[in-house]
Amino acid sequence: MAATGYPVRRLTAGELLGIGLSMIAAIGLLLIASLTDSGAYAFHAVVGILAALGTVLFIGNRSFDGRTLPVPQEIDGKPNYNMAPVKFATVAAMFWGIAGFTVGLIIALQLAFPALNFDLPWISFGRMRPLHTSAVIFAFGGNVLLGTSFYVVQRTSRARLAGDLSPWFVILGYNLFIVIAGTGYLLGITQGKEYAEPEWYADLWLTVVWVVYLLVFVATLAKRKEPHIYVANWFYLGFILTIAVLHLGNNLTIPASLLSPKSYIVWSGVQDAMFQWWYGHNAVGFFLTAGFLAIMYYFVPKRANRPIYSYRLSIIHFWALIFLYIWAGPHHLHYTALPDWAQTLGMTFSIMLWMPSWGGMINGIMTLSGAWDKLRTDPVLRMMVVSLAFYGMSTFEGPLMSIKAVNGLSHYTDWTVGHVHSGALGWVAYVSFGAIYCLVPWLWNRRELYSLKLVNWHFWISTLGIVLYISAMWVAGIMQGLMWRAYTSLGFLEYSFIETVAAMHPYYVIRALGGALFLVGALIMAFNLWMTVRTGAAEASEQDSALQPQLAAA
Amino acid sequence: MTTQDHTHASHGPEIDAHTGIATTGHEWDGIRELNTPLPRWWLGIFYATIVWSIGYWVVYPAWPLITGATKGVIGYASRIEIEKDMQDLKTLRASQAAGLGEASLEQIKADPNLFRIAMAQGKAAFGDNCVACHGVGGAGSKGFPNLNDDDWLWGGSLESIQQTLQHGVRATTDADTRVSMMPAFGKDGTLKRDEINAVANHVRELAGLPTEPKADLAKGRKLFADNCAACHGEAGKGNQELGAPNLTDAITLYGMDVASITETITNGRGGVMPAWGPRLDPTTIKSLTVYVHSLGGGQ
Repeated sequence: MAATGYPVRRLTAGELLGIGLSMIAAIGLLLIASLTDSGAYAFHAVVGILAALGTVLFIGNRSFDGRTLPVPQEIDGKPNYNMAPVKFATVAAMFWGIAGFTVGLIIALQLAFPALNFDLPWISFGRMRPLHTSAVIFAFGGNVLLGTSFYVVQRTSRARLAGDLSPWFVILGYNLFIVIAGTGYLLGITQGKEYAEPEWYADLWLTVVWVVYLLVFVATLAKRKEPHIYVANWFYLGFILTIAVLHLGNNLTIPASLLSPKSYIVWSGVQDAMFQWWYGHNAVGFFLTAGFLAIMYYFVPKRANRPIYSYRLSIIHFWALIFLYIWAGPHHLHYTALPDWAQTLGMTFSIMLWMPSWGGMINGIMTLSGAWDKLRTDPVLRMMVVSLAFYGMSTFEGPLMSIKAVNGLSHYTDWTVGHVHSGALGWVAYVSFGAIYCLVPWLWNRRELYSLKLVNWHFWISTLGIVLYISAMWVAGIMQGLMWRAYTSLGFLEYSFIETVAAMHPYYVIRALGGALFLVGALIMAFNLWMTVRTGAAEASEQDSALQPQLAAA
Repeated sequence: MTTQDHTHASHGPEIDAHTGIATTGHEWDGIRELNTPLPRWWLGIFYATIVWSIGYWVVYPAWPLITGATKGVIGYASRIEIEKDMQDLKTLRASQAAGLGEASLEQIKADPNLFRIAMAQGKAAFGDNCVACHGVGGAGSKGFPNLNDDDWLWGGSLESIQQTLQHGVRATTDADTRVSMMPAFGKDGTLKRDEINAVANHVRELAGLPTEPKADLAKGRKLFADNCAACHGEAGKGNQELGAPNLTDAITLYGMDVASITETITNGRGGVMPAWGPRLDPTTIKSLTVYVHSLGGGQ
């Protein structure tokens, strides 16, 4: 080897396995691509072949990197953290976020101005809507969760991420899933299950990725140098485990053929509906709540430089949240063929979920006690605190809407859309933005962000956007619900459906304006981050210097 | 002192200077936890929601058993509720619309009270069932007739409208549906391209519209008489018995430009209206009849 003059090293067993599996996959996919009748499916097979060949190049290239293996766990007594996959996930999150917000704006405009569908199937509302939801929830939110979880579990365990190739497999494999899912929607491939649209082959791939994710996370925890597991990691683990169970339960499908993208679910009728909303609601509960509470539990105390408000509250609300959330799904099926007893349980467990949800808000906001003044000077911290306020608001609104009498008015209206977005924009996106604003200087060893002023602009523009969005949808939704149920004194419906649609128009325009402002904010953020990495002073990041224990100083 | 060289396992609980509350003694990457007790209001509301839920389970159907589920003490079932709601509505309508079921269409027209109720019911039923094709105001669109004018394909009398509503037009589900067909003269090879152009221009001539300069109107007139007059009449006035449109007015279903007429003659037409008899009760059909009749062109 040395005779060649290149510092080439032998491949590890894991790398050989990776190359071998990639080659086998490429051959199998080539067969599928050549035999299938479906052009879209063949396209996906080709994407898979390219990914497999990319993997071979990626692994092969590593043998030139001159590293000694195994990678040292510690250097000079400090943990040798593996942050490259975290960096990739952070960039991917920003990219998908902007893509997802843009598609959201387009479909908001399509609702206000249907001509914008242009009669083209690929960009029609029906295909763009799942593209939007998947891009913001799974692509943006998912990459934020993957990236922060790999960051937080290392830092709070004082241990390098377990595995060498596996963390990369998780991050890149997950993003491949996103590409397959998103292009599939545009080409018309869907299971037709809300938030679980990807077909069987994408689901299988995600299952493999997710199991590896779980293993990497648990193995990192297992080799931690801290006596206890930090609360953020409980939430991450709860999220990873439950999402695995939900994903498997709601995607138990039988493919029509290996050569077809189409599959059929094993559940039928109301049981299928129940499974769908058990999945759908807990995607909210465990993906968008538990996962992002984990982010809150690390980044808020870190940024505020204050201890967590209450350890006891964190334990009680964690267990109460995960025990109660899993029951709440049936409230999506009030007044349907679902048996009354299931509707009752869905509703009452949603009510009982109110305080456990608020436990996270209390613990986050009260962590600032002693550091309230920072809200004036630190827009990043302000963004995270406002995210907790939105979290509190939407986790109050959720149980309220689960009450059958309220649901009778709100269900199927735009009120639901407004509710979802106060949680999605106000809570999930804001806490993610806060975390990314913290992470980028830490990961790229920059002293600070390029501009806190721009963060301030981002904050105010997007807050205005959120307020426009959710208030327009409240008014529109409640009006819609009231119009649907309005009877004349003679006992006939007052409005035809199309009249209620026409009445929505001005609110749809306001909503699109709110979405546009939110997108502008995200673009400002991307610019700010880009400038941080490009021009920021390259110094040891604040992460190491700012961590003087607060209590010792006090 | 940085976190990395901080020794963690050693320190026990300390008092936080700002809050005066002890920490748990744990530390992760510089993050510590206070041992603050649960907020009492938080715990109180949490317990209250649990107590309320248990109460709700007693009152309403709640827990699944091996067969069936607990029924709750007030005997609630959403199916009973919806049946009661629907029954209340029927009772209200019946009390308002007493006599509507027995009255003939002409009697409804003549009686102001019956007419008012029929119009209210007709408007609601129209909104639920008809606007998707005929538009909110009944103005129609390409391929879907305008119901506001007095140009009728199958007749605009009360009886004709009721018949159309009841049995539909070319509705495959109804044996008594109205049937006719505009043949596809071009596709079937009956007429050649230049002949179709001549007929199309003659149709425009019948409607008093300008024709193309090169059009052979004499040929068109002859071809029309041979092929079209059987249904549309020599003068193109149409025939409501056959659903053949009047071609001499400016009102058109598929367009009166040469390209649209050419397409109609080449490929034929055969729009479908569903038969509403099986879906709507007879009183609703009557009310719809009166409503549509009143839109502008009733005969």
